[in-house]
Amino acid sequence: MHSGANTKATSVSVGVATGLYGISFGALSSVAGLDIWQTMALSLLMFSGASQFAFVGVVAAGGVASLPGAIVSSWLLGVRNGFYAIRIAPLLKARGAKRFMAAQLTIDESTGVALSREETKESKLGFWWTGAAVYVFWNSLTFVGALVGQQIGDPSQWGLDAVAAASFVGLVWPRLVDLASRTIAGVAVVVAVIASPFVPSGIPVLLSGLAGIAIAIFIKPKVDS
Amino acid sequence: MTIWLAVIIGSAAVYSWKIFGHLVPQRLMNNPRLLQVSSMLTIALLAGLVGIQAFVSKGQFHADARIPAVLVAVLLTILRVPFVIMVIVAGLVAAGCRYFLGW
Repeated sequence: MHSGANTKATSVSVGVATGLYGISFGALSSVAGLDIWQTMALSLLMFSGASQFAFVGVVAAGGVASLPGAIVSSWLLGVRNGFYAIRIAPLLKARGAKRFMAAQLTIDESTGVALSREETKESKLGFWWTGAAVYVFWNSLTFVGALVGQQIGDPSQWGLDAVAAASFVGLVWPRLVDLASRTIAGVAVVVAVIASPFVPSGIPVLLSGLAGIAIAIFIKPKVDS
Repeated sequence: MTIWLAVIIGSAAVYSWKIFGHLVPQRLMNNPRLLQVSSMLTIALLAGLVGIQAFVSKGQFHADARIPAVLVAVLLTILRVPFVIMVIVAGLVAAGCRYFLGW
């Protein structure tokens, strides 16, 4: 049983914690070559952490030539938001303009808090409060991060290239819950590294994704119900 | 292609999944197998990005100070250290290896 106040408090603390990643996103985006407004546009419009990190990560590695790869990578990483939306839509029963707002706020955190509540009323409250809190903190701290990133001359001197790698470690590690997911992650790393010298930048990550799908389909890891 | 155009197209592409999930009839997409493949796709893409960011530089395999930083990042993630602290420590490890060891 969760009370309304409890749900709101959870939502805001999740918003603050998630927003803090925004600093590292803003800084990485700046050193990848995006200006402050392009960086802010990603946080305001794309508003999906993994997709945004992928976009600037691919651009950082390959420059303007890799922009199509950056688009496809961020698009593919957004697919899970679609599945969240399918689970969350019947709880929200949003109509009209509210539905389009709900779609924009459908991310890992808002879905996670909503689905952790027992009553539908609390789920709705958790979804909207978490979505709004993450949106506010993520965007304000992206701005702070972008300002910091602008001041940094040589990113590698400050270890910012390692920050990018560490960000993806932090995003993927909690998902490695069984043998199938660990195998896929291991293969994906190897595929991306081996493919890099032979294909244009932006493509190796997509090949990793293809390899992951192939393994998921053919090895058919056990379905957890 | 300009960065601005890519930002707009990429954002619209990510939004397309979100709005699709809210508009599509429930029964059509409620397939656990599809969900599973999509979660594996997420893992593969993120892991691929780890590979690129940790081991590749200018399109070639390149081992440098990022590797100890990533090992520290893995360790801190296992220890459930908050994301922000984890990435800052990883950055400091890489910066320190470069400054003190010249890696």
